Amino acid sequence: MGLQPYLILAACLFTIGLFGVLTRRNAIGILLGIELMLNAVNVNLVAFARFTGETAGLIFALFTISITVAEVALGLAIVILIFRVRRTVEADNLDLLKG
Amino acid sequence: MSLEAAGFWGLALVLLASSLAVVLSKNLFHSVLYLAVALVATAGVFLLLQAEFLAAVQVLLYAGGVVTIVVFAIVVTERLVGERLAQTNRGVFTGGLVSLAVLVWIVVFIAGAKLPAAAPPLTGDLTQAIGRDLLTRFVLPFELLAVLFLAGLLGALFFARKEE
Repeated sequence: MGLQPYLILAACLFTIGLFGVLTRRNAIGILLGIELMLNAVNVNLVAFARFTGETAGLIFALFTISITVAEVALGLAIVILIFRVRRTVEADNLDLLKG
Repeated sequence: MSLEAAGFWGLALVLLASSLAVVLSKNLFHSVLYLAVALVATAGVFLLLQAEFLAAVQVLLYAGGVVTIVVFAIVVTERLVGERLAQTNRGVFTGGLVSLAVLVWIVVFIAGAKLPAAAPPLTGDLTQAIGRDLLTRFVLPFELLAVLFLAGLLGALFFARKEE
């Protein structure tokens, strides 16, 4: 197994996540798409770390995982807060900042 | 060699199928469950790449933590039974076109790049190396991560406070 299959798998995952972010209406659904994209990045980082023998990739993946968890927790807190105020989590309805 | 290839293709199949289910499922709750499957399959890919520590972190933090938080958020914002949970996609054609273009672009780039065909043999314990590097070479980002978590904690407290 070379490095290429891992990278192509990660590219497929990334684009599936991108599709989710672009097409989902529900704010939580959009967050799930972002999760998939970040996950694809982790696969890339770990694969490169393994195939170059450099541990920096593993540590970057560790940082990405930690930051993603914090990001999801706060993102969902914001979603819940928006729901408390506006009673909806449909991203299309959240256009207060639109001129 | 063939065992690794079989494991890789099996995991890749599960990973891609569950990821597609995450973005296409009509039921938001099912999406989250498929996301859990995808994240555990990713941990399997990490195991294939001999990063056992990261596989454990992935299962603990992502599949354990993130999925729990998302399910909690769904329970708070939607009813678990009923029509509110149904969700739709918009602009499927445009979104699919853009995603496909990005995929083709990345794959063409990967196909043209010079990549190592086989992994070098492992030298020493990877988990040990991660621990050592985290407290020597990467100690500053490590400490910054602690600051980030503190900021996140304060933000969460701010969101959760009582209205005045």
